[in-house]
Amino acid sequence: MDLIGYENYFWLSTALFSIGILGILIRRNMIILLMCIEIMLNAANLMFIAFSYKWGNMDGHIFVFFSMLVAAAEAAVGLALMVLIYRKFKTVDISYLDKLKF
Amino acid sequence: MEIQNIIFVILSALTLMCALGVVFSKNPIHSGLLLVLTMFSISGHYLLLHAQFVAIVNIIVYAGAVMVLLLFVLMLLNLNKDNEPQKSIMVKIIGTLSAGGIMISMVAVSKIFLVQKSMQGLPVAEDFGYVKSLGALLFTDYILPFELASILFLAAIVGAVFLGTRSVENK
Repeated sequence: MDLIGYENYFWLSTALFSIGILGILIRRNMIILLMCIEIMLNAANLMFIAFSYKWGNMDGHIFVFFSMLVAAAEAAVGLALMVLIYRKFKTVDISYLDKLKF
Repeated sequence: MEIQNIIFVILSALTLMCALGVVFSKNPIHSGLLLVLTMFSISGHYLLLHAQFVAIVNIIVYAGAVMVLLLFVLMLLNLNKDNEPQKSIMVKIIGTLSAGGIMISMVAVSKIFLVQKSMQGLPVAEDFGYVKSLGALLFTDYILPFELASILFLAAIVGAVFLGTRSVENK
């Protein structure tokens, strides 16, 4: 276990975070954007767990636990909003949803 | 080469390829299923890092709950076809360059600030990552955030039900 340097985990989670940003920048489907947000949250979680193991301190696990709770709540509310938007506008393409008030 | 290193390399390649598949797949259903695979491989990383409880919770919450919700919405809205209009090639190139720039800057910061040592930090306790020690921490030091999370969940439930049952026509 000691042979895997923690900087490898840093690079892996950096790559995951960048993939999430890439998806947010180049996709137009709102549900794909939610998935990319989940990828970015998981990159941060991986970083927390890796450094938690490095320092032998379990506080990082608690942070990851709360981050998952917030992500679940966010997904529930976001998908409810998305169903509402689709019922009204018949699209989830973000390039047509550019007004704050309709 | 130790067995953990081989597992780490395989899991990392699986994670990155599945995440790229989520971004570049044309069909949203395929994106969702690849995201489930990404979550499973990240749980494998958690197991390598002695975080058993977090690995199981990751599978249950993400692969179980969130992804089922996402796939339900995809099928409910009948979006499982490839009719998404694509952004122009210029926007795609600029997006790729921006994401690459962010990644390069983060790696540069890590090169500057992180000391290049292998993962030999403080010694890890015998019960590191067990449910018992995590629960003891959660119900003593972090009891207030734990209770606040229940309020957050209550708000999320009420908000989701309110938004889901509100009819659009009477506006």
